[in-house]
Amino acid sequence: MAKDGHASFLTTRLEPFINWGQRHAMWPLPFGTSCCGIEMMATLCSDYDMARFGSEAIRFSPRQADLIICAGIVNSKMSPILKTVYDQMSEPKWVMSFGACASSGGVFPVYSVTQGIDNIIPVDIYIPGCPPSPDAVLYGLLELRERIKRGETHSQRRIRENQPAPMEYSSITRGGAPQP
Amino acid sequence: MNVSTKIPTNGGWWLDKYGEAWKQQIEAVKSKFGGALEEVRDPWTYPTDVPIIYVKKDSLIQLLEFLKTDPAFAYSYLADYTATDEEVSPRFELVFNLYAMDRGHRIRVKCRLEEGEEAPTCISVWPGADWAEREIFDMFGVRFTDHPNLRRILMDYRWVGYPLRKDYPIDGFQLFPDAEAPDPERLK
Repeated sequence: MAKDGHASFLTTRLEPFINWGQRHAMWPLPFGTSCCGIEMMATLCSDYDMARFGSEAIRFSPRQADLIICAGIVNSKMSPILKTVYDQMSEPKWVMSFGACASSGGVFPVYSVTQGIDNIIPVDIYIPGCPPSPDAVLYGLLELRERIKRGETHSQRRIRENQPAPMEYSSITRGGAPQP
Repeated sequence: MNVSTKIPTNGGWWLDKYGEAWKQQIEAVKSKFGGALEEVRDPWTYPTDVPIIYVKKDSLIQLLEFLKTDPAFAYSYLADYTATDEEVSPRFELVFNLYAMDRGHRIRVKCRLEEGEEAPTCISVWPGADWAEREIFDMFGVRFTDHPNLRRILMDYRWVGYPLRKDYPIDGFQLFPDAEAPDPERLK
């Protein structure tokens, strides 16, 4: 309302407005599988308070979540479960790879550990550390927010180019393992 | 390694507590299973925490049955059952760590196996050895004669190779695109 009582307008495109809403209220799904999950909880709690950045609403149902925080080691047998959870999330969806194990296998270059969750699902932001400190997590969250603002995430690119979400990944062998 | 150095154990100095009993037990086992034993390593001459009895494969079940049921031994609890890959011939060793519930003694039984050789199943002695033998099959590829359900227990059933063998590449991992399909045998 203007000072003299007349209604006034602000015109904008709808996409930046939706983008603004999405990036300031990312509801995370905590996929905490090991010790990084403890650090994720510390980040969510009142000392560091992720709620300052609009991500305090933890959703344990993938249907309600925008951001999956994969915190910790993902074993070979856990990989299909992570993939299923990712597939159940609705677009747009973002993935945060939390810590060395989720990003690259970390100190476990062995037969039972998936060497980075980017073998399974597209990852938008990697946070290094073993485990990452809470301020690193918050920095990563803000960096992800900037990328969403610029439209550089995998999910936004899929929507823009009208592509479906990747539904399957291929078998991978590495390190001279026998071919299945 | 200096064998006179005592190995600290969580129950104090086992050699002081159980040494006399172990001496009698080793003598009794030697007199009963003389020819069937390959070797006995005791803590007085070999750097080990508990005595190790190497037994031939044919007498393995009899020895385990004897150690479990004889009142002077009464090793009633199979604390751990695993295998090792020694990269020599014979290649594998089955390792039984036994525990006597009522008196706290521990003893170790080992059995050497060639590659490709089948081991006798000891489910008749300890029913809980079922899953341990499945794990040994899963990780080392040692097969057990007359095991009722010898399938992989930890790894995916599509897995190729045996990951705890020493010749398996240490960072060789196999990733499968979907979850393990349910076994049709178990859906009946």
